[in-house]
Amino acid sequence: MLRYAIRRLLFAIPTLLAISFVVFALLDLAPGDPTAQLPLTIPPETRALIRESLGLGQPFPVRYVRWLEQFLANEPLNLVEVLLGIEIGDSEGRLRVSSWATRSPVVDLIAQRLPQTLTVVGVSYLVAILIAVPVGVFSAYRQYSVFDQVGTLITMIGFSVPTFFTGTVLIVIFSGVLGWLPSIYDTTHRVTDLASLGYQLKQMAMPVMVLALFSAAQISRFTRSAVLDTLHQEYVRTARAKGLAEPVVMLVHVLRNSMIPVVTVIALGLPTTFAGAIITEQIFRINGVGALLIGAIEGADIPTVQTVTFIFASLIVFFNLVADLLYGILDPRIRYD
Amino acid sequence: MAADQAAAPAASARAAGHGLPGAHPERAKHAVWHRLRRHPGAIAGAAVFMAVALAVLFGSFVHGVDPHYLDYRAKNQGMSLAHPLGTDNLGRDTFARLLAGGRLSLAVGVAAMALSLTVGTVVGVLSGFFRRLDGPLMRFTDLFLALPVLPLLMVTTMLFREPLRAALGLEAGIFILVVGVIGITSWMQTARIVRGQVLAIRAREYVTAARSIGARPWRIISRHVFPNALSPIVVAATLDIAAAIITESALSFLGLGFPSDFPTWGRLLYDGVPFLTLTPDRVIWPGLAISLTVLSVNFLGDGLRDALDPHATTHRAPVIRRK
Repeated sequence: MLRYAIRRLLFAIPTLLAISFVVFALLDLAPGDPTAQLPLTIPPETRALIRESLGLGQPFPVRYVRWLEQFLANEPLNLVEVLLGIEIGDSEGRLRVSSWATRSPVVDLIAQRLPQTLTVVGVSYLVAILIAVPVGVFSAYRQYSVFDQVGTLITMIGFSVPTFFTGTVLIVIFSGVLGWLPSIYDTTHRVTDLASLGYQLKQMAMPVMVLALFSAAQISRFTRSAVLDTLHQEYVRTARAKGLAEPVVMLVHVLRNSMIPVVTVIALGLPTTFAGAIITEQIFRINGVGALLIGAIEGADIPTVQTVTFIFASLIVFFNLVADLLYGILDPRIRYD
Repeated sequence: MAADQAAAPAASARAAGHGLPGAHPERAKHAVWHRLRRHPGAIAGAAVFMAVALAVLFGSFVHGVDPHYLDYRAKNQGMSLAHPLGTDNLGRDTFARLLAGGRLSLAVGVAAMALSLTVGTVVGVLSGFFRRLDGPLMRFTDLFLALPVLPLLMVTTMLFREPLRAALGLEAGIFILVVGVIGITSWMQTARIVRGQVLAIRAREYVTAARSIGARPWRIISRHVFPNALSPIVVAATLDIAAAIITESALSFLGLGFPSDFPTWGRLLYDGVPFLTLTPDRVIWPGLAISLTVLSVNFLGDGLRDALDPHATTHRAPVIRRK
């Protein structure tokens, strides 16, 4: 298991490098001039100087390696320094990936935006799991019952209806017609007392509902089929034949075994939810990482786009790794050679 | 990857257990149709999808209003006989725009499905059939699976929209771009499923027999392997249409897909959002159209999967989408 884990971890490195190359090359070799948005009155010489100052003078491989160095060595070092409050070497002179639009380090921008995204994504994923797993289990246990039929229909709808449509419909209903919930998420809001906590919950309700519905649909579909698979196993029949009580059969024999694939799917789905948050943030005007990415794409702020996209890719690779390792830990039948 | 290793024996056992369609083509076809008929969701899905497709293809013959015609004196109207779904803020007929948008949305869905299916099938067959290609191609697939699809789609459409438009014309440029990026980022699941199926088929006697009489690999693939691997490909095709429609409309919703002058359903919805309080139906209709179409295709795909794979009826892990 340990050898497998190490091999898997080592395999993640070339994957990440390849992805970073794809992301960097795609943006770097694309047509378009980063100074195109500047006023036309700037003379060409100054324009050339601006391009130089943005680091565009050097050939492509040099820029790629320097970006890698900044992102993979300088930024983590800086993060360690900030977290521990210590200084490692020449921390002032170390180059950081900086945004062309704001001139501040991209990682700092992400750190400003991350809490909003994490709150919404985290809470919605938690809600989704809490709803989806019991629904999936009960649907499978009472297969073809009314509950199962209705549940399957609802998950199919949640799976098929795009989040930007559910989001706008919720806004029409809860903000427009009923006027209960705010349609715009206020990220400057601070929770200080009970009333402000209430407002926070109110403004989180709709984005969380939208994201949770989509994730819950996927998880409960998967839970249902996993539990059904387990219910048809011989050892479940044996357990019942031994005269074990139904709760024991369900909780010990069925649930524990069927949760193995479900846990891995939950891990695999988390980066997907992050990407889904890009759309949700757009609907409810949440000032999160997704909004940062969209703003950077529209403003041709290439370093920010590269960094945010690469972080999304790292999340996927990381959670794939977590899912694979969890699968091996939870299921002793899986043997790696 | 761990899941693959665990699933491979199960898949081959399943393939060996029941006769793959092809042993008795007529009977197999009949059995599939019979099982599909017992799946009310699939039949309803097929009917709704057919209805939507017919409506967007031939609806303009019945409702002959030009979707681009501006009539400022009749703007923001509700439902009426002349404008069944009302008009927008420039007085354009919502129903006509919905029909035109649907044509584009479905075209994108079908074209992107065809591209992703082609790439996925080629990669899957090659890596399942030729051992030497298996490793590199599967690593390549894993790499694509780790790409953050939505951010990359946004970036590519943003960067290449103008040059392609200039080169190929307004509508064709954006169409090829959107179809291309969706197709290139969505073939991986198909490739994995097809590979698994081909691995199971390659071990069967008729392939050994074909090989022993000296058939060339290409002939074995086209005559023996591909026809028998067709059923998962058909299922992937339906689900891919749904996924492509959703992806395209999400892109358009972010303002990065089709422009307002050639709107798809997603773009119509996006354009309707600023007028949400004034004319909420401008958001509701395109949204309903997308949802209904995707829902019907997904139901059809589910039903087809159950019908084509009788041993996995009702309990089978659905394909997890990354979006």
